[in-house]
Amino acid sequence: MKLYFNYLILLFKSQMQYKTSFWLLSIGQFLVPFSAFAGLYFLFERFGQIKGWDFYEVALCFAIIHMAFALSECFARGFDNFSSLVASGNFDRLLVRPRTTFIQVLGSKFEFTRVGRLLQSVIVLGWAVNNLSIDWNLIKLVTLLLMILSGVCIFTGIFILAATLCFWTIQGLEIVNIFTDGGREMAQYPLNIYQKWVTRFFTFVIPFGSVNYLPLLFLLGRAREHEILYMLTPLMGIVFLIPCLLVWLFGVRHYQSTGS
Amino acid sequence: MKSMKPYIAVLRLRLLNGMQYRAAAFAGVATQFFWGFIYVMIFQAFYAQSQTNQPISLEELVTYLWLQQSFLAFIMLWFRDNELFDLITSGNIAYEWCRPIGIYEFWYSKLLAQRLSSALLRCFPILFIACLLPQAYRMTLPPTIQTFLLFCIALILGLLVLVAISMFIYISVFITLSPMGSLLVFGVIGEFFAGMVVPVPLMPSWLQKIVYIMPFHLTADFPFRVYSGHIPNGDAIQGIVIQLLWLIVLVVLGKVAFSQVMKKVIVQGG
Repeated sequence: MKLYFNYLILLFKSQMQYKTSFWLLSIGQFLVPFSAFAGLYFLFERFGQIKGWDFYEVALCFAIIHMAFALSECFARGFDNFSSLVASGNFDRLLVRPRTTFIQVLGSKFEFTRVGRLLQSVIVLGWAVNNLSIDWNLIKLVTLLLMILSGVCIFTGIFILAATLCFWTIQGLEIVNIFTDGGREMAQYPLNIYQKWVTRFFTFVIPFGSVNYLPLLFLLGRAREHEILYMLTPLMGIVFLIPCLLVWLFGVRHYQSTGS
Repeated sequence: MKSMKPYIAVLRLRLLNGMQYRAAAFAGVATQFFWGFIYVMIFQAFYAQSQTNQPISLEELVTYLWLQQSFLAFIMLWFRDNELFDLITSGNIAYEWCRPIGIYEFWYSKLLAQRLSSALLRCFPILFIACLLPQAYRMTLPPTIQTFLLFCIALILGLLVLVAISMFIYISVFITLSPMGSLLVFGVIGEFFAGMVVPVPLMPSWLQKIVYIMPFHLTADFPFRVYSGHIPNGDAIQGIVIQLLWLIVLVVLGKVAFSQVMKKVIVQGG
């Protein structure tokens, strides 16, 4: 862990060398979800509700998924850019060092500019929670934190899977964006507004449903029975990370250097 | 007309070059389909329980969304040429000066070709399949042949306007030296006002007024609504005239700004 923090400090220092760039990027990162959120607001102003969900409930959903996305993009950015590491053959260097590849790739990049995005989702979260009549207790607070953590795990898992694919394809695949950007965009809304097949896929294959829909029912007091089950669903997202890591290890073992 | 020749040659070369990336285009098509489906479903859910009449029907909106997905390369500002960014930040811009042609026109045709080739590869499969989908998701055909012709003109003019806007991104990089930062700020603002986040007809009326003052909606929103007949033919012709005026204004302003930054350019090392 200490090694990871050393990586972070180094990267922070290097990114602060370009101050204008840093601030422009941070502002940009703030604006991206801001425009998405403004869009959400205007749509609700026109339509009032979406399948029985009102604006603040969806805003809560939006904030959680964006926060999770921002955090995982911060931390797991190294996996997102992994294809360049493989294509250039620089991955060989990581293999000869006496540390796990996982922590080295994780520490190879850290996007501090995502702070803008994070800040935006924190504001939305605060606003949504303020306007929702939830009677908060410890369990609900834990659920909220679990939801965010679970989201981070899922996004990180997808990043890792995409990176593992690079061992075979060398090139990064645009199609993976369906699950990262697409997943984020989709999970802004409670999952039950979509058709059944989408809902099923994103509950049982990639468990976004366990971040934004099932525990949300519990938070809003809509879950009638088995409340505890609804509360624990975010754990599915954390479990999702395990097969991803196994696939990663499998990929590392089958790595063939490009030699360049 | 003779002076246009090198630019047309650049256009053709780039077009052929861009057409080589078929696997990337295939992946792009799949991605666009996913997005299209998600957006259609979201709006279906919104429309499902709305009592009041909306300013654009669901059917027109679905067509609008599919057109957005198929012509993404025509309307997305973040669609970029990293080569040009590298030229600016690395100082290799000096080589561009040696060419016996105008740099503004040269870059303009480069960017135009890049967008054209990408869209040509992607739009047909998406449009074709979107027209065959089950009723709820299906894209409709334009009501009359005149409408279709107007749509084609509006789309092409929209593309020319967009490239003219995107030139300003590259110009701004001369000042900020941060390609990603410029791109992000331009991209987010441009896309919002082009109706990519919320379709323009669904925006509140005060926001629509702002949108109509700016050129961004001419690139995406306007041609797509001409297609579905949401904008009647008469108004469409008026809109095309506005597109032409904007195009002239943007190109002139762009050339002036370009020559200004070029005067001050600092070649960053060698």
